[in-house]
Amino acid sequence: MFQKTNKMLLMVIGAVVLYVLLKIMITTGVINPYWQRVLFYSLIVTIGALGLGIIYGFTGQFSLGHAAFVGLGAYSAGYFSKTFGQYGGLSFIGALLVGMVFAGLMGFLIGVPVLRLKSDYLGIATLGFGFIVKVALDNADKIIPELGGARGMVGTPQVANLEWLFFTALIVIVLTRNFIFSTYGRACTSIREDETAADMIGVNTFKTKLMAFTFGCALAGLGGGLYAHTYPFICPGDFYFLQSFDYLIVVVLGGLGSMTGTVVTAIGWAFLLEGLRFVLGPQFVDFRGVIYALILIITILVRRQGIFGGKEFGFLVPQVRREKPDAALRG
Amino acid sequence: MPLLEVKGLGINFGGLRAVNRFDLTIEPGEVVGLIGPNGAGKTTVFNMISGYFPPTDGTIVFKGRSIVGLKPYQIARLGIARTFQNIRLFRDNSVLDNVRVAFHPRAGYGLIDAFLRTPRFRAKEAEINERAFELLETLNIADKANTAVKNLPYGDQRRVEIARALAVGPELLLLDEPAAGMNPAEVQQLVELIRFIKQKFNLTVLLIEHQMGLVMNLCERLVVMDFGEIIARGLPHEVRQNPKVLEAYLGKGAVA
Repeated sequence: MFQKTNKMLLMVIGAVVLYVLLKIMITTGVINPYWQRVLFYSLIVTIGALGLGIIYGFTGQFSLGHAAFVGLGAYSAGYFSKTFGQYGGLSFIGALLVGMVFAGLMGFLIGVPVLRLKSDYLGIATLGFGFIVKVALDNADKIIPELGGARGMVGTPQVANLEWLFFTALIVIVLTRNFIFSTYGRACTSIREDETAADMIGVNTFKTKLMAFTFGCALAGLGGGLYAHTYPFICPGDFYFLQSFDYLIVVVLGGLGSMTGTVVTAIGWAFLLEGLRFVLGPQFVDFRGVIYALILIITILVRRQGIFGGKEFGFLVPQVRREKPDAALRG
Repeated sequence: MPLLEVKGLGINFGGLRAVNRFDLTIEPGEVVGLIGPNGAGKTTVFNMISGYFPPTDGTIVFKGRSIVGLKPYQIARLGIARTFQNIRLFRDNSVLDNVRVAFHPRAGYGLIDAFLRTPRFRAKEAEINERAFELLETLNIADKANTAVKNLPYGDQRRVEIARALAVGPELLLLDEPAAGMNPAEVQQLVELIRFIKQKFNLTVLLIEHQMGLVMNLCERLVVMDFGEIIARGLPHEVRQNPKVLEAYLGKGAVA
């Protein structure tokens, strides 16, 4: 018991130290506003990517429409804030919840028909859903003018800051970890490994897949809600299928079934994307696409299990200890 | 009351009648062997009992309740567990997780408990761990609890599969060629193991097997299939001398 408390304490201290460090670097200007934006973006990508990690990495459901759920979250949260934004932090929390619930609900509704499909077919169906969302958002101003349609949405209060993003990401990491290391997480990975066998040992596979998909989409929506309050201008193009691939790249590069891999890769990837902007210069900036596609190809060729290959940082993994340690030795 | 009562079971795959008029009654505590040449339809019978294939006709009654039309996970929850001819484990997961996941329907805590790590979550997880380790010890693989299943030798994987099936909490255990790929010494161990778990967990066993040593040693009763139909049934030594059975295995004219 002492050891457990100790470990949790260390995790809390680690998180606080990291936060203080980042805060100091931002206030002293070591991290300039530009890189601060990148940092914020990396945290948003982390939250969204953890959602896809649950759907694809842990449950094995291939989704190509993840950015669409980020978009649904961004637009619904942004619209909520534009309408009820006068209550400061409280309305921001409300907006994030709206983004999360709306994206989760849409995930649930689309999940009921499409999660009966397997692998490639599921990918195609979710890809289709991504196109539907893009077209719907492009024309949304015809129903709700505030959404701006293809011209994009402006006027969402820019209230997201380091505290909001950092601690939301932290909470998401903890909740995801708690989900993964529970009977629900085990049910998810059993479906990823062998859906038929999972079914035959009593796992309601459809319900579990739907739960994982809804949860993953809700996280995408939460990321979207934060996005809408971090960037003054959002447009449907921000949530197109190419962005879905970005999330997919992060999850695959990090290693399917590794939370650690997803978080590290999400942050590294956001910084790489911006770093390359400087390395390549304005003339060759579009070559970034070539470079990260190359990174993906090379990873698949030489290290298919991804950077972390299903492993986690030890402190994230709850220890399973026997009540009777001698019994384990006997076995 | 019989534990399992199958009557007139049949299934068509397109124009092929894979199983026809299959009847089988199993009393609690029995060990029944289902044998027959390759392609006789034995595994198809298992797949129908466990709900993977819906039968075209016939009835399956388990503990007095019809299970035709139920989903595999519902049938498992009623108390029928199985292993597979070609091992189907969750290969990337640890041995412990392979077994623990079978407790999922009876985990005893909800999503909120899991997210917030409530005391109930901790208590129930500790219980699941304890029971899973007990099973691993019974099957002598507790020391490999944290190994990924794919890294285990074949024999150990078979053991994990049996442990996982036991974790379902079955009354009826369906074993599909549990001795496949084992040498005679290993087969003997397996016979003892099956006897032991049958006693310990109060099981009724229906098994498919080709290894006659195991079948003759373990089964109280045999059912022989060929071309989707039952061609003989009875005590092991009776079946062994049945001309129809010999013909099915060795070919017409071989038994002169």
